Amino acid sequence: MTSQLRRLASGGDIDRSKIIRYEFNGTRYQGYEGDTLASALIANGVSLTARSFKYHRPRGIMGAGSEEPASFVELLDDDASSSQPITTVLLREGLRAKSVSGWPSLKYDLLSINQLITRCIPAGFYYKTFKWPNWHFFEPSIRRIAGLANAPKQAPTKGQYESRNWFCDVLIIGAGPAGLTSALTAARSGARTILVDDGTNPGGGLLNRTDKVNDKNTSDWITSITDELDSLSNVLRLQESIAWAYREQNLVVVTERQPAAELLLQRTWRIRARQVILACGAIERTLVFANNDRPGVMLASAVQAYVNRYAVLPGKRAVIFTNNDSAYPVAVDMIAAGIEIASIIDSRTGPSNAMRELAGDIEILTNHIVASTLGRQRVRAVVVQSNETGNPRSIPCDLLCVSGGWNPTIHLFSQSRSTLRYNDDLAAFIPHEAVQACECVGAAAGEFELGQILADGIKVGARAASDCGFKRVETSVPSTASSAPYSIEPLWQVNSSETSANAFVDIQNDVTLNDVHLAIREGFGAIEHVKRYTTGGMGIDQGKTGGINIVGAVANRSNVALRDIGTTTYRSPFAPIEFGAIAGGRENSALLPYRHTPMTQWNKDFGATMYESGARWRRPGYYAKNGETFQETVNREALATRTNLAVYDGSPLGKFDICGPDATKLIDILYTNLFSNLKVGTGRYGMMLTEDGRILDDGVTVKLGENHYLMSTSTANAEVVHRHIQHFLQIERPKWNVWITPITTQWSNATVCGPNAREFLSRVESDIDFSADEFPFMAMREGTIEGIEARVFRVSFTGELSFEINVQSRFALKLWERLFELGEPLGLTPIGSEANHVLRVEKGFLSLGHEVDGTADPYDLGMSWIMSKKKVDYIGKRAVEIRRSVESPRRELVGLLTDDPSRLVTEGAPLTPSGRLEASEGFVTASVWSVASSRSVALALLTNGRSRIGQTAHIRLKGEIVPATITQPCFYDADSLRMKN
Amino acid sequence: MLVIHCPFCGPRNESEFINGGPAREKRADNPNAYADADWIDYLIEAPNPLGPVTEKWWHVMGCSMWFSIQRNTLTHEILDYANKTHD
Repeated sequence: MTSQLRRLASGGDIDRSKIIRYEFNGTRYQGYEGDTLASALIANGVSLTARSFKYHRPRGIMGAGSEEPASFVELLDDDASSSQPITTVLLREGLRAKSVSGWPSLKYDLLSINQLITRCIPAGFYYKTFKWPNWHFFEPSIRRIAGLANAPKQAPTKGQYESRNWFCDVLIIGAGPAGLTSALTAARSGARTILVDDGTNPGGGLLNRTDKVNDKNTSDWITSITDELDSLSNVLRLQESIAWAYREQNLVVVTERQPAAELLLQRTWRIRARQVILACGAIERTLVFANNDRPGVMLASAVQAYVNRYAVLPGKRAVIFTNNDSAYPVAVDMIAAGIEIASIIDSRTGPSNAMRELAGDIEILTNHIVASTLGRQRVRAVVVQSNETGNPRSIPCDLLCVSGGWNPTIHLFSQSRSTLRYNDDLAAFIPHEAVQACECVGAAAGEFELGQILADGIKVGARAASDCGFKRVETSVPSTASSAPYSIEPLWQVNSSETSANAFVDIQNDVTLNDVHLAIREGFGAIEHVKRYTTGGMGIDQGKTGGINIVGAVANRSNVALRDIGTTTYRSPFAPIEFGAIAGGRENSALLPYRHTPMTQWNKDFGATMYESGARWRRPGYYAKNGETFQETVNREALATRTNLAVYDGSPLGKFDICGPDATKLIDILYTNLFSNLKVGTGRYGMMLTEDGRILDDGVTVKLGENHYLMSTSTANAEVVHRHIQHFLQIERPKWNVWITPITTQWSNATVCGPNAREFLSRVESDIDFSADEFPFMAMREGTIEGIEARVFRVSFTGELSFEINVQSRFALKLWERLFELGEPLGLTPIGSEANHVLRVEKGFLSLGHEVDGTADPYDLGMSWIMSKKKVDYIGKRAVEIRRSVESPRRELVGLLTDDPSRLVTEGAPLTPSGRLEASEGFVTASVWSVASSRSVALALLTNGRSRIGQTAHIRLKGEIVPATITQPCFYDADSLRMKN
Repeated sequence: MLVIHCPFCGPRNESEFINGGPAREKRADNPNAYADADWIDYLIEAPNPLGPVTEKWWHVMGCSMWFSIQRNTLTHEILDYANKTHD
């Protein structure tokens, strides 16, 4: 265990009384409460924390927050998650983390050989090279070399995620000086205010610096504001929460990383705000020179954060390289912390006198640049060069602070589709026109002077609240020491003789200046193309520190102004978000609960294996008894139906009650066949098409009375059919008087089938006459069965004599149990969907999703009779006619009998001409063991199938060709005498 | 996630609705009167502008009402609820 040699004895927002033990890459260390993993590693002098994505170059910690471009870690154990920026991982007792790349170890990464051949693997190298036989052949191994962390093997075992929908008047993102004053002003006016901040503590940039507000330390001032906010009931403060998506209609998605609730891992808030204030601050950018990625190269602002906030020393002897004023106060803080500053390298010719004064007796080399860094796994010197003479000079140091200026954090603003513009004074893109009710303030708006930021915060907060209708409340502007205005001269890349192969514009994705130049040479010079060609800006960090340097590099090379190039599109998420946080509580069956029939528990008790049968309905698949195999069970159930007596639970079938003066007209236009001549008390099988001629659904519709129908649909399609009918009625024919009630769940049914069904029902107490003369096929009878009111339909999907007994769902179980009491002595067998499938295939009845695949029309299925010749119009009629006039040949429904009668084939298996490896001429739609024929039977869609009956088709399987004789698509009771008997 | 004002239920989350595509002219009473090409146009030619479009939505998780709104496809701003019913 190493002690914290790089920790200052005092200062910082850490609690030295609370020691936290953690492990990084297998070594155990100590830190303090208040540390991040990054600050705790710096405290222990760990400088090598990562290997780069592509070249496996050594990398260290460069940033202090979500902008971190270099070091990502995988968390282990209970925290298991991948690719977290090392700077945003809070230290916690027992934390175990490891670097994302580096094999076998970070220090001796064998793949760092890639560094030596950098020149040979430029952008696009892998895609260009590994293209035979195809990219996917190589992809897995390349991903392993290049890749990011592995996804955790399992979901967190403790705790859960949740999400909330929320509303407010004013939503403020960022609790820095601008956010705090905006929030306070808005909150005082009475507006429902939410203040979101991604830091552990509120304060934003103030936490990293040593400013004073109202002559108080900033920490005291921040506390005074948050105390007042917390005392107001109209304020919600979300700390350690990242706003990562800004969607339409002012919807902002925020993930709270440390919600104060037991066993709650993270909570995602979908907040809809009337006004949004973006006070997300600014992010410092890197500078582009050779070896600008070596461990020991850090953002100046990050170094400031580490010395002031965490009281750790990232180095002992530093060089500062800047093109703007913001690095000078950093130098002051570093000296105060005890870091020796060898030199400030300022690329500008003349920093202001105020800056020179600040720097005191530190050597300032103006009009100089850093050309390169030296060292292996850590900077040990920098090569400095004068812009005038070009003479290089080496300065020994172990830390190089870089500041390339500041980018307002406009990610969310841009996500809201609002526009940006380039500002020459700041050399940055700043907010331009908002297209939603939002406004940027403070550094996010390009204002870097603290006094002005505080004043603007109050102004913007008041405006947002008054736009929501709240009265303005006076808030006085806190006083601060005045500071010199921010000044910068852009430096998008240093001009030096050093190779630009190692000058990184995107450190995370290993994109160099050379890659950008290559993209331009190859014709991918538009900024969106550069991004995709080089992957610059596409990493986890989304190019927060280097993105604009890519724009600058393109500008330099192509001689175009940055304003004319623009930026690439900013997209969510702003920072890495766990999938669990996005899903919230919506996992598995909680997202789409299963639906159960009243008989579900009975079925389970009887040994049913339950399946989903579409639309989340759970139905029995088969009822295995006494150690039966699957096939034995299905055979027994099917045979019972063919030879004796069976019953199945058909409750999930879609059911619609349709009535009104125009009901008949509606039914007639929905179905392809004629319904207007249907008699009360009878039903008819109908087929429904979409307007573009695809088969939508089929089922039986029964006429209950004049202008009153009961339509049944397939289980899975009930909602789609409902949408179809409602759309037609409400949009196409709004004047038609029809009322539709979905009654799928109001009615449940027990379908009694088999040759002995009639005899069995005659033993049941009922006022319905089940005799063949009185209750013909396709008739409907109402009456009571065992004292329960019922509607009985004589329809059949099994090909046997069949009665569908419909009762109100609350009586369904009672009916079901009574039927079994009476039927058990007769051998009444409950059957599941598997046996149903066998029975319908034997009869050649259609099943949506099998024979009906979106291309077949009723003619193809041998059902020309269902396409009414009498009706002038029905939905889909024209489309089918037009399609059939131009599309031939057609695939037609046929039966298949394999030469080997015991042979079952996979449903969906292709049929090819003579079994050759060429375009298929159809496929097997169903293949089952037929109990009626004691052999396998199959249905298929086959090109010109009907004219080929008697010939042989070939089913092409993996490594095998199965020949089969083409037959009529019906293997049992072709005249349907049994079901009509 | 849009908030959509259902004419019957009021403002509700988009997740309660199903988008029914852009609004088009009403289905003809007699499609047989159309030339093939014209009927194919009716079937497949749907407006798809970058900007305002009138489109249909179905309140599937609510009252089952079909209604139209005008939405800017660029900004997702809902510009108009005037066309609430279709008669």
